[in-house]
Amino acid sequence: MARIKDILSPFTAWKNLVKEPVTIKEPLKREAAPRYRGFHQNKIDECIGCGTCESICQNAAIDLVPVEGIETKDGDSGLRPRIDYGRCCWCALCVDVCTTNSLSLSNHFKWVDNDPDVFRFIPGVDKKEWDNEEKGYRKPGPNYELYSKDRVHMAELKPEERDKSFIEIVQGYSKEQAMLEADRCVECGICVATCPAHMGIPEYIRAVRNDDLNEGLRILYDTNPLPEICGRICTHKCETVCSVGSTGDPLSIRWLKRYIADQQPAEDYKKILETENIQKNGKRVAIIGSGPSGLSAAHYLALMGYECVIFEKLPEAGGMMRYGIPEYRLPYDALDKDVKYIESLGVEIRYNQTVGKDITLDQLNKDFDAVFAGTGLHLGRSTRIPGTDHADVYQAVDLLRDVTLGKELPVMQKIVVIGGGNVAMDITRTLARLQNQKFGKVSIIATSLESEDEMPADREEIAEAREEGAQVIPGWGPTSIKIVDGKIVGLNVVKCTSVFDEERKFSPKFDESETNFFEGDMVVESIGQGMDLSYISGEIKDNLKLDPRGRIVVDKYYQSSIEWLFVGGDIIKGPDVINGIANGHKAAIGIDRYLNSKQ
Amino acid sequence: MNIRNLFKIAEDRSQYPPLNSQGKIDVDLTSHKYLKMWHGPQHPGITGNMSLELTLLGDEIMDCETHVGYLHRGFEKLMERRKYIQCFPIVCRITVPEPDYNEYCFAAALEELSGIEIPETAVWIRTLVLEMARLQSYLMWMGGQAGAFGMGVIGQWANYCRDLVLDRFEELTGGRIYHMYIIPGGVRGLLPDGFEGRMEETLKTIEKYMVDIEKVMFNNAVFKKRSVGMGYIDPSWINQFGITGPNARGAGVPRDVRKDYPYLKYPELDFEPVVGKDSDIYTRADVRRRDLLLSVDLIRQILSKMPKDGDFKAPTPNVLHWKVAPGETYIRSECTRGEFGYYMVSDGTEYPRRINVRGPSYTHAVALLEKMIINANLADVAGLMTSLHTYPPEIER
Repeated sequence: MARIKDILSPFTAWKNLVKEPVTIKEPLKREAAPRYRGFHQNKIDECIGCGTCESICQNAAIDLVPVEGIETKDGDSGLRPRIDYGRCCWCALCVDVCTTNSLSLSNHFKWVDNDPDVFRFIPGVDKKEWDNEEKGYRKPGPNYELYSKDRVHMAELKPEERDKSFIEIVQGYSKEQAMLEADRCVECGICVATCPAHMGIPEYIRAVRNDDLNEGLRILYDTNPLPEICGRICTHKCETVCSVGSTGDPLSIRWLKRYIADQQPAEDYKKILETENIQKNGKRVAIIGSGPSGLSAAHYLALMGYECVIFEKLPEAGGMMRYGIPEYRLPYDALDKDVKYIESLGVEIRYNQTVGKDITLDQLNKDFDAVFAGTGLHLGRSTRIPGTDHADVYQAVDLLRDVTLGKELPVMQKIVVIGGGNVAMDITRTLARLQNQKFGKVSIIATSLESEDEMPADREEIAEAREEGAQVIPGWGPTSIKIVDGKIVGLNVVKCTSVFDEERKFSPKFDESETNFFEGDMVVESIGQGMDLSYISGEIKDNLKLDPRGRIVVDKYYQSSIEWLFVGGDIIKGPDVINGIANGHKAAIGIDRYLNSKQ
Repeated sequence: MNIRNLFKIAEDRSQYPPLNSQGKIDVDLTSHKYLKMWHGPQHPGITGNMSLELTLLGDEIMDCETHVGYLHRGFEKLMERRKYIQCFPIVCRITVPEPDYNEYCFAAALEELSGIEIPETAVWIRTLVLEMARLQSYLMWMGGQAGAFGMGVIGQWANYCRDLVLDRFEELTGGRIYHMYIIPGGVRGLLPDGFEGRMEETLKTIEKYMVDIEKVMFNNAVFKKRSVGMGYIDPSWINQFGITGPNARGAGVPRDVRKDYPYLKYPELDFEPVVGKDSDIYTRADVRRRDLLLSVDLIRQILSKMPKDGDFKAPTPNVLHWKVAPGETYIRSECTRGEFGYYMVSDGTEYPRRINVRGPSYTHAVALLEKMIINANLADVAGLMTSLHTYPPEIER
């Protein structure tokens, strides 16, 4: 029913006739809100091209493309995200998931151009007016993450539980822990490029996540026949470059590898890896040294059907892994598990056989179709400062070898170790344990030229050494060993101001005015190791091409200038286990190519 | 001249054919008495891209068939081929004018299947966002309803108010239309500094305009003449057709998910569902107007009760390979048009096995409209359809 009020009431709208309009006169000049999701920005120096933005984008609006001036290097793919504004929906998930926090959105929203191609652009490279805009969408805070930035902690012995014993410190992941840790992986693959063996890291982490450990083991053995060992003591360059580590803890790639290997009983390996029936091809390869490179070469050659014989001068296999790395880091049963599997493939290891003494290299050449030498760096280097000829000055590698051989070590009340690498930490922690067993207290100083930040040892090694009572005092250069009445009383040192010159060459500089004295009854030197190539002699030595620094020249398959002699391991690249594994694998392929081409 | 007869429409039906048992007529197009006419999809009176195939006798609708599919983007199928997190930017597009119910239902379903509890602050912020979405959606509808009956000025006022709410959305979520803010696990940020003050100003402006709108639209002889008694929904149809929201409440059925199946922080808020009784266009418009004012009140309640800081997102599994435990769930919420629900099935993989979106427009715009529109005047079709408040994109998921 229409009432008279209903006729008149609408006319109240006329009051707006005299009002100013509420519309914005120039809407295009309006600034968007500070949180507005506008055009992309990318801090190009912080971006590592991990491509996680590309993986999450459901519109496929992001492509990782090469950019001029940005080189591919460890931890940087050299690629940068290019955004296609024909596809982008500005959801900003790319910003939320960015591992380095380099990607963000500005609050700019106007961009007019005649050329449709310009809307496909590389933020941060193609200069835009909003590149330095402060306002816009950023990842909304430290507690806002689309994946966990915190590493799943692995149980380990407390310092007081471990400082007298050689029991393994880290205890391994449980299934739940491993799956939780594996969940953090963003599958960018930056690690694969850096790993010397180019292991399928995202793939085996995925296998852990899917609880498919058989598949995980197969992926491991594709590129690395020593997973138990690498899962414990690898230098994990993969973790150093892990993109998740840019703003959080890197993935525990090494522990996950160990988890896969630990879960599989040794007797199942051949079945899982389908290596029960390998066809022999009738050719024989001799391998000198049962270190990582020798074992790796033997494993892959055996898979190809070669009959491999390893000549090992020490009573057990493993090389530096057994005779250089203390048991609390790498227990012998883990080492044996990997070695025994390789032996089960038909690889013969002849122990206590020194090539050059018990059998000559020439003889090996006659008896075998090819020879691989991975003899490692077993000679300790000396600082050659005054006093190093004293009987109580030792080489770290010699002492570590003696521990494994079961010999009694000279342990004194106060010890000084010279060196800042992992070997120095190994001997420091070994001697600290022995001191604790013998005297009930620890008094050991490890000193290095390098400053704390530059020390080449792993961070956790340094921290754990300190937890166990050792003093790690970096930044000092040894000048002389002080000897009174024929006995060592300590080490004179001078402040080291820098170790490397501008070209990153070793050129230490000292501040002579600042000196120090470290008390000690014995001194252990651990400043690096050298190789012993005395087994190469005669005509072979004359024909072998060496570089100016005395190292053997090899091609990309680790073949030396003598075509039947392949060389790998620490004497070519390293020193570490994973490089040895990688070049042993490559040499195996090289040997196969060489022997096939000879036919 | 009697003013009451001014807008009277002839009710003499003697010249029209009788209805058959289905409530429709048997049309013989060769008789040249009838006209087939396509109303939409480009007709401005149609809310979005759908079409009505009308059979007219004179200017009266004899028969109607709804045609949808003009906006089909296949969301439900798209989601089966995307990881859960990649569905998050998609779902908001299912209902363009009020995307937040999609975001909420999707996130809540995923959280329920994964057993994730979201932080208190995030629960409050989600409640706030849903009420803001209701407010702006009603404002937009208000303009549409008035516009369909020729009152352009209401649309200008209502859309100005809606723009103010969108400004608040912009500063809270970073987007005006597609907010992409309610993320599985929580929300994507706390309220910005000074947000409450600016929100209060916006609410006051809206209340002021609502007074004007009441005078100009609701106390308006033209509007009343065209809407009172028009588009009647019989209360017996409510359960038969699955009618929800203001369409049901306008018929006197107090059906409101916020009360019936409380979710988020609604149990802590003080409100009663708005109901009408006449079940015609005018009543439904009035129910929506009062519901809009209820939203204003609820936003004030939320802002006064909610914590202003604290965690706003719970940790989730890595979204890049989030595997959801096998199971199924149905999450419902009350949107401006009725019950909005997500049925989600997971088979334990990284991809949803099935997601079905229950948009109220499906029942309202397809089945109900075809029934209601019979015997309406052609000029009233747009107003009738708008009074059901349907959004075609959610029909065609």
